[in-house]
Amino acid sequence: MVPEELRYTKEHEWLRLEGSNLARVGITHYAQSELGDVVYVDLPEPGDRVKAGGSFAVVESVKAVSDIYSPVDGRIVEVNKDLENRPELINEDPYGQGWIALIEMDDPRAFEEQLTAAEYREHIGEA
Amino acid sequence: MFEATPLLFESGAPGRKGFAFPPCDVPETSIHEAIPPEFLREEPAPLPELSELEVIRHYVRLSRKNYAVDVGIYPLGSCTMKYNPKVNEEAADLPGFKRLHPYQPEETVQGALELMYHLERFLCEIAGLDRASLQPSAGAHGELLGLMLIKAYHASRGEEGRDEILIPDSAHGTNPASAAMCGYKVVEIPSDERGGMDVKEVKRRVGPKTAGLMLTNPNTLGLFDENIAAIAQAVHDAGGLLYYDGANANAILGISRPGDMGFDIVHFNLHKTFSTPHGGGGPGAGPIAVTKELAPFLPAPTVERRPDGSFYLERHRPQAVGRIRSFYGNFGVLVRAYAYIRAHGPEGLRRVSEHAVLHANYLMRRLAPYFDLPYDRHCKHEFVLSGKRQKQRGVRTTDIAKRLLDYGIHAPTIYFPLIVDEAIMIEPTETEPLEALDAFAEAMIQIAQEVERDPETVKSAPHRTPVGRLDEARAARRPVLRWRPPAEDTAATQER
Repeated sequence: MVPEELRYTKEHEWLRLEGSNLARVGITHYAQSELGDVVYVDLPEPGDRVKAGGSFAVVESVKAVSDIYSPVDGRIVEVNKDLENRPELINEDPYGQGWIALIEMDDPRAFEEQLTAAEYREHIGEA
Repeated sequence: MFEATPLLFESGAPGRKGFAFPPCDVPETSIHEAIPPEFLREEPAPLPELSELEVIRHYVRLSRKNYAVDVGIYPLGSCTMKYNPKVNEEAADLPGFKRLHPYQPEETVQGALELMYHLERFLCEIAGLDRASLQPSAGAHGELLGLMLIKAYHASRGEEGRDEILIPDSAHGTNPASAAMCGYKVVEIPSDERGGMDVKEVKRRVGPKTAGLMLTNPNTLGLFDENIAAIAQAVHDAGGLLYYDGANANAILGISRPGDMGFDIVHFNLHKTFSTPHGGGGPGAGPIAVTKELAPFLPAPTVERRPDGSFYLERHRPQAVGRIRSFYGNFGVLVRAYAYIRAHGPEGLRRVSEHAVLHANYLMRRLAPYFDLPYDRHCKHEFVLSGKRQKQRGVRTTDIAKRLLDYGIHAPTIYFPLIVDEAIMIEPTETEPLEALDAFAEAMIQIAQEVERDPETVKSAPHRTPVGRLDEARAARRPVLRWRPPAEDTAATQER
């Protein structure tokens, strides 16, 4: 449940490179299974600036409320409005319909600096 | 007894009555003359119609399903669900306290003022600090006031640029929430391998932007932070202040004092440490005690004593942060806490904490063979287990908590603190007898054995409660906030 083509963070976000400088971001299958049923997602606004390591969204599950950290410096281009009415998409399809935001990276090289699938698997003890 | 109880709206029948009104002894006026038509409903409200006996049975049946510390152990970590002595209620029920009006002249409320004056002194003595405000209505309210004082203090010294509050990653969510509410940026400090604050990280993160640090000690893992002196010095050296979240004060009464540890502000949760009632949304009280440097910023009024021994409310406080509560706080709660402190005395309060710590360590050692204990050292008044071992059998901590209900025991706090995987946070309190501690331990051990033998029974628990496993996710995602008649409900569902 750790797709090869994606990059990851230690805080359990995934990134998919789209075009030359866009990163689609969500949380991993492992993260959603640890959180349990997601009941609410607090999304940023398109246009918001994000900083690597800074919180840009909040995911609330039956267990806990968790900050979602931006893996890169950049600007929010689009957010997944479907999550407002269907937060369960994060549980059902974390790498697809459960994406959270599309971020325009200030420096596209930031993508390559994230964990690879193999490194993330090791991080969560599934290597 | 354990069948589901229908709502009052689902009970009764048209025409049933619980009460007959006497004949009206004033001239009747038409409601249409008294109230403008736009405010009048056209159809009568669909209120239930029941006899008095039906209503009494409804509430008595509900009350028999209620779980309270007066029924059994309530080991909810971080909440200090101790027994609330009934003498507290007697004191609060005295007519001279109960029938006061906040606008009464001071000379007619001397007893109430005297109680508040002495309660402030007691709390200051317990905190090791100089002055206190009894006004905050809850712990989080005390936190907000404490942070406002920090802000006012720095502003008075021309240091408005200090906008960061340091908070450990094990903290309760109210700490960062209060800091954000007060306009501060939160800097999260990681815990070290012993469960305390990482001192190196504190030293690295303090500086000219530091307004203060918020900490519970013992912390949310139930562990005493042994580095508190070094942490306090690092924060003070950088010009910041230290805020003590008194959520865990039940571990330190008469043993150690936050003021002596270097804290500048302390809030107490009277409903935890000082045995005033929990729950029901209040009323509560979260007094804060502060150093004399911060005292000028405390809100008005304060209770003061004249040379002739009489008491008065001091309203002239030019540096105060402003009102944070109407009148003088929840006075009835203050009376209960005062009664508790007076009933115990200094030696008795120390024994409260000694027994709270002993009980927690006893339970921790009884349960340690059956559950993971991530921080294996003497705990204070509470401890945190991890359900990691059980998770490998497909059983999550939430399942263990639900299964406890089948044993007739209130579950501990779960999934907090966040830094422990599958956390189970247990705080037995000093008031539980040994037999109750043992019964709780036996239930937990039996559940641990069930997880090995028959995990399905645990995963599908509870089995002996009026309702089984509730769909928490659906309740949060699609909350139904009011009852509707069945026909209307169907229509509403279809609309959606």
